[in-house]
Amino acid sequence: MMEKNTDILSQVIIKFAGDSGDGMQLTGTQFTNTAALFGNDLSTFPDFPAEIRAPQGTLAGVSGYQLHFGSVNIYSPGDTCDVLVVMNAAALKANLRHLKQGGTIIANSDGFDPKNLRLANFADGKNPIEDGSLDKYRLITIDVTKMTRTALAESGLGTKEIDRAKNMFVLGFLYWMYNRSLDNSIKFLEEKFSKKKEILDANIKVLKAGYHFGDTSETFTTRYEVNPAPMPPGIYRNIMGNQGTAMGLIAASQKSGLPLFYGTYPITPASDILHELAKHKNFGVKTFQAEDEIAAICSVIGAAFGGSLGVTASSGPGIALKGEAMGLALMLELPLLIINVQRGGPSTGLPTKTEQSDLMQALYGRNGEAPMPVVAASSPADCFEMVFEACRIAIEFMTPVIFLSDGYIANGAEPWRFPLASSLPEIKVSFAKEKNGDRYLPYKRDEKLSRPWALPGTKGLEHRIGGLEKQHETGNISYEPENHEFMVRMREAKTEKVADYIPLQTIDNGTAKGKLLVLGWGSTYGAIKTAVVQARAEGYDVSHAHLKYIKPFPKNLGELLYNYEKILIPEMNTGQLIKIIRDKYLVPAIGLNKIQGLPFSAGEIRNKITELFN
Amino acid sequence: MEPTTLNPEQPKLTSKDLVTDQDIRWCPGCGDYSILKQVQTVIPELGIPRENIVFVSGIGCSSRFPYYMETYGMHSIHGRATAIVSGLKASRSDLSVWMVTGDGDALSIGGNHFIHILRRNFNVNILLFNNEIYGLTKGQYSPTSEEGKITKSTPMGSVDHPFNPIALAMGADATFVARSMDRDPVHLKEMLRKAAAHKGTSFLEIYQNCNVFNDGAFEIYTEKSSKKQETLFAEHGKPLVFGANNEKGIRLDGFRPVVVELTEGLSVDDLWVHDETDRVKAGILGRFFDNPRKMEEHYPRPFGVFYTEQRYCYEDAMQAQLDEALSKKGPGKLDSLLSGRETWVIN
Repeated sequence: MMEKNTDILSQVIIKFAGDSGDGMQLTGTQFTNTAALFGNDLSTFPDFPAEIRAPQGTLAGVSGYQLHFGSVNIYSPGDTCDVLVVMNAAALKANLRHLKQGGTIIANSDGFDPKNLRLANFADGKNPIEDGSLDKYRLITIDVTKMTRTALAESGLGTKEIDRAKNMFVLGFLYWMYNRSLDNSIKFLEEKFSKKKEILDANIKVLKAGYHFGDTSETFTTRYEVNPAPMPPGIYRNIMGNQGTAMGLIAASQKSGLPLFYGTYPITPASDILHELAKHKNFGVKTFQAEDEIAAICSVIGAAFGGSLGVTASSGPGIALKGEAMGLALMLELPLLIINVQRGGPSTGLPTKTEQSDLMQALYGRNGEAPMPVVAASSPADCFEMVFEACRIAIEFMTPVIFLSDGYIANGAEPWRFPLASSLPEIKVSFAKEKNGDRYLPYKRDEKLSRPWALPGTKGLEHRIGGLEKQHETGNISYEPENHEFMVRMREAKTEKVADYIPLQTIDNGTAKGKLLVLGWGSTYGAIKTAVVQARAEGYDVSHAHLKYIKPFPKNLGELLYNYEKILIPEMNTGQLIKIIRDKYLVPAIGLNKIQGLPFSAGEIRNKITELFN
Repeated sequence: MEPTTLNPEQPKLTSKDLVTDQDIRWCPGCGDYSILKQVQTVIPELGIPRENIVFVSGIGCSSRFPYYMETYGMHSIHGRATAIVSGLKASRSDLSVWMVTGDGDALSIGGNHFIHILRRNFNVNILLFNNEIYGLTKGQYSPTSEEGKITKSTPMGSVDHPFNPIALAMGADATFVARSMDRDPVHLKEMLRKAAAHKGTSFLEIYQNCNVFNDGAFEIYTEKSSKKQETLFAEHGKPLVFGANNEKGIRLDGFRPVVVELTEGLSVDDLWVHDETDRVKAGILGRFFDNPRKMEEHYPRPFGVFYTEQRYCYEDAMQAQLDEALSKKGPGKLDSLLSGRETWVIN
């Protein structure tokens, strides 16, 4: 065996791309988990087609998974990749523009046969892996299909089953290339195929074959090492946004003592929250898959009336359907959480792609004046924290609260220094037990302008609530003009009152005064963070603040904004937060907008920062 | 869990205890008054403390009902009470849950939720006040209005084919399907008692006269002059007889129901004996739905319990899964949930 060298790298971006049936999501997730266990910091970005199985070999069917890992702090999945793994010609065509100059392409040569080339719309007789058109990259071609079939020739499995293990060959090869142990993936396979011994053996065999191929083949002389990252000491795990959301809900249920009732209707990209919660029935979690979006939220209203922590989740189109019921929840003043995992819109839009275009819908998308608190998560791990906060606000203020996530952080992953259960704050719940007047007054308010919560079953507090305008304190139906104005203003005041009970806005990175502030919200955090870190290192006077509380804003936000000469607001929409900031604080903020169903790259934000200094 | 019953030591609830301080806003002469009175009469008999009772409604005239019941209540949004009671019952099986709805609320805007609550079989009682018209919006035709109905929105007559609520409920696999009317308090009370006693979703359609926008819609069944000829009160285990002097009956010729005169050499022993547990026959009986305004020969309109069966309730099955998970895995530990299975330490 020839001598192999090892190069040390501080960070690497790999993109796995193939047909949606090629198992690229699994390959990417496996590499991610192994990198995380090794101690790398990381960020991921799965990018899959809306169709479950688009026609094989076509551009529409390409599924990708981008992983950025390093021995340095990583805030985003990265702009362009160092290594592009392509299982077929379509995967190459769809992703080549995301590869760095001089980057590495690992291509499955079997995926470049005439049929695949034709399906990927390459000109007749033109094969990019043979015609030299990829000369500016480092091209490694492996006939993965053939290798896999050879490895499993004796397995007794059919060709179809054998070919399904192809991704394991690629994974094994990359493990070799980046000097990683196979143990974690072998353990995973053992659990996944515990009941299918022959499939398990086949997968492990191919995984090892990929690894050994790197080791023995003379073509490959260099391996790479990416050391663990300097992260704050503690115990870490890997977490995806939807998983974090589900865990935050269970934590809020435990910390409030309220049973969690989750009523929902399947929709991309929110369904994984349901899948996760449905596994945890031993926490007293009830999941209800309703007949439609409207029934989903209405079931939750019923459960909240009965004393549960009621939660519903959807994406934009489903939230539109829930609008009327959200207004009802607001009028009833019951605690309720509405989760919107945003995707590209309008209408059905881009179901599997990300966007931040439902902010206006969250703030204003209901009939009448129907204000409710809105919070947004900035990263997969932040989903846990902010959904917990959303539940706290809902319960303490007896109000529906909207929690915004999006497809990017919902499916993205990052390392998470998870908290101890004992370190999470208790959420105080007090049910009304006695009359608060001559008779029970369901709308008599406390210092938070919150009303009492009297559960059915409580003797003497029988009362009726509904969607009609109600009289102050008594809750009786009232059409009195002054009372209506009073109540509309009261509901707004109550929502604004939340500002007294949330943290002040902080600067994430930079100085409290300066030339430029980049103000973000939601999933743009990683890209803004990376861009601002780079720009500051180069001497630009730029700072970064990231909003998590959007309705109401933190009380000091205006003051904070006035300390900068310019404010840049990047958003994955045509400019929604910017309208509110301009309206409320009268600052001439500048927008940077991307509406491509894809997250910002740090480079795009970097360029805008530089431009604003010229 | 079954709805908690009253401690025998406690003073018995009376119908007056169920009256609220709110002024009733239904039009004078509305059929809703009678239904409210019968409900307030029957509920105290059930022995359930009023704090454990919840009335939920959607939108429409009938949906004002909860405001007039001194229990817990919610007046919700159009068509959605079905979904609200589903969530309430799923999370609070200890409560006695009643839903009040109308033909527009349940069968038009809320049609989807209506069929789904029936198949899921939550242990709740649904009272559908059918007046065959939209009253609150001042007189448009409803999904139960007859073909050709002239209303404000159908000046040349409705071209909609109406729903048969009983057949619809049967089709959605309801476990209790019954019909009564506002102007027969004795029968209505009997049906309310049966609906309350049934474990599962009880569907009770109540013919209710809207004296402002659809007066007399059910006159033929309620007026002395025609009631006996036009109605058929089905009772479990009894032959289907009707007519001024019970001189008529229904025979089954295969699957075909035939109206017969008992004077022509036939006796009650030759008639169809109602069996409320027979799904096929209940389906046939539910189809006695001719337009009574057409003069040709037709079937009398049946009242009573068409069909009932025992089937598991959703909330019980849901709770059983939680109990099973608890006994298999033990109570959930938040720390293990947060750490997951794969962790690493950074020093």
